[in-house]
Amino acid sequence: MSQTLFEKVWNRHLVQDETADAPALLYIDLHLIHEVTSPQAFTELQQRRLTVRCPERTVATMDHSTPTWSADLQGQRRYASEQAWEQVQTLMENCDRHGIVLHDWDSPNRGVVHVMAPELGLTQPGMTIVCGDSHTSTHGAFGALAFGIGTSEVGHVLASQCLLQRKPKTLCIRVEGELGPGVTAKDLVLHIIGKVGVDAGTGHVIEFAGSAIRSLDMEGRMTVCNMAIEAGARAGLIAPDQTTIDWLRGRRHCPQGEQFERAAEDWLSLASDPGAVYDREILIDATTVAPTMTYGTHPGMVVAVDQPVPMPADGTAARALEYMQVKPGETLQGRPVDVVFIGSCTNARLGDLRAAADIIRGRQVAPGVRMLVVPGSEQVRRAAEAEGLDRGFINAGAEWREPGCSMCIAMNGDRVAPGQTAVSTSNRNFEGRQGPGSRTFLASPATAAACAVRGCIADPRFLDGEPEVCIHFPSPRHMEARP
Amino acid sequence: MKPLQKLKSRTLVLDQDNIDTDQIIPARFLTTTQREGLAKAAFADWRFDADGRLRADCSLNAPGASDCQILVAGDNFGCGSSREHAVWALEQFGFKAVISARLADIFRANALKNGLLAIELGRPVVAWLRQHPGVELDICLEDCRVTLPDGASHGFNLDPFARTCLMEGVDALGYLLAKTDLIARHEVSQAGAS
Repeated sequence: MSQTLFEKVWNRHLVQDETADAPALLYIDLHLIHEVTSPQAFTELQQRRLTVRCPERTVATMDHSTPTWSADLQGQRRYASEQAWEQVQTLMENCDRHGIVLHDWDSPNRGVVHVMAPELGLTQPGMTIVCGDSHTSTHGAFGALAFGIGTSEVGHVLASQCLLQRKPKTLCIRVEGELGPGVTAKDLVLHIIGKVGVDAGTGHVIEFAGSAIRSLDMEGRMTVCNMAIEAGARAGLIAPDQTTIDWLRGRRHCPQGEQFERAAEDWLSLASDPGAVYDREILIDATTVAPTMTYGTHPGMVVAVDQPVPMPADGTAARALEYMQVKPGETLQGRPVDVVFIGSCTNARLGDLRAAADIIRGRQVAPGVRMLVVPGSEQVRRAAEAEGLDRGFINAGAEWREPGCSMCIAMNGDRVAPGQTAVSTSNRNFEGRQGPGSRTFLASPATAAACAVRGCIADPRFLDGEPEVCIHFPSPRHMEARP
Repeated sequence: MKPLQKLKSRTLVLDQDNIDTDQIIPARFLTTTQREGLAKAAFADWRFDADGRLRADCSLNAPGASDCQILVAGDNFGCGSSREHAVWALEQFGFKAVISARLADIFRANALKNGLLAIELGRPVVAWLRQHPGVELDICLEDCRVTLPDGASHGFNLDPFARTCLMEGVDALGYLLAKTDLIARHEVSQAGAS
């Protein structure tokens, strides 16, 4: 019988199928942990005198509470609070006690969990991957079933390597056609969420398919799957293809040599079978997507950068417009910007930094604008510095920081001041997300960089009023991060 | 986890869709390594102004609000971050149940694992509840029904496994650990397959 990609991965990991009375028992191949959502789970384990069942399937990094300032000459780091420091210490102690590999300050691979795990080849097609972090959906870009869990479930996986799950429904979002020049994966996923709504995926996993998805590079696919949760779906998946295989070949934790070729053959067989049936299907036309931004307080309130903001549909939307100080009928272009943030698990990979650097090149960050560029991982940082991207940003007046979640979640001291307007390449524009009273407009790295140099919301395609012939959006292959 | 079989309480209404977990507990409170001490953090940016004073216009601060154990909210309640701190904060604030026409997946899973009854009712019922804050509801887990003050009662779906856990006050970890043999067998079969 024809199966979807999701069903194939699900079935392979069933320890016990679901019944009317009990959920399925699903085996977890890879458990990623970080400092924020794991401490209470380890405490639970300790209280029950339990051990970690598979430390070798558990990998830790520190990203949320960590400062992005470099260490001072004494090696001290500027934590936002004593408690933030304690939280990171707690992770170190827990990993040490249970024999879990931790990518700490000394690791050349530390980074935002959803950036560093794929880089290391920990993320592989057909796997089940969980993390106490809703953006775990990112790993679905490789054809893995990956989803965010709460701290109780972190404890369950630590203790049993399994989760109790009801089988979700499937939603296929098929994107056909070619994206226009200057239109990126971020614009596409914002457009999709705007079309389907922020709860369209509730109870479902989304498979992104169609020619526009297939022509995205792996970084673009990660950006799309990263935001599946913003459409309500715990997981977003894309079928593995040659682009996936080429990206994974040679990565540290992937099989090597002959074993890799055998694995690749298996991975390619995971794609949904012809005639596989989804519970729902939605078709999106890629050719209609323009550089897109959010204007409200959830990621479904989106508008093309040159189009008027629509009338609020209800009281909640009206309240959002009031908070954002946005008026229906006006376009976002020209709105003054205080802060530009390039970073997060959505858009802090090498290709994202290159796209922003291409816009910045030969220009300056506008007076009064604070631009913060935070690479997604140490690997991204090194690759960017090797190309001189850091110098480009610094010379233009931007801040170049060390890897971390930074201003996306504003836990580490990097935040937007009350009342300020931020254009951010992150994933959430909730009220106060980037700091109490902050106003967030989500955008692609190219758009965010354009806003930084103009000092107001701008269309990266027409930066100086003329079509930008000098902005080249490199073809997918050139945007790949190196292993 | 305390067993929960019945609940009778007045409702507190947050008449808004898409209340995300950043509203329920702002991220700056997440540097804790404990589950406790989060009551003050619940809806902190709604309840307190920039100077830390209680906002008079917030229904969560109204007299009697702390007696309301049932929270009624708009669609997609609990969307966004997977932080279980949102559930802990709601419970420590005093809520024992959340009713919405649609709950976000991760929030619902987290809630049910902590003894916070998270249930979906039909849109017309929730619309009525949103317009009538403070009504007293009777929730019975035995027959999965919510009874309104006029006697009208509405059924809700609750996973039988989660229902048993709630009613008996047990979490799922014990059940999972009892499956150790099955899990080991799966591991062996997968090692053989690859």
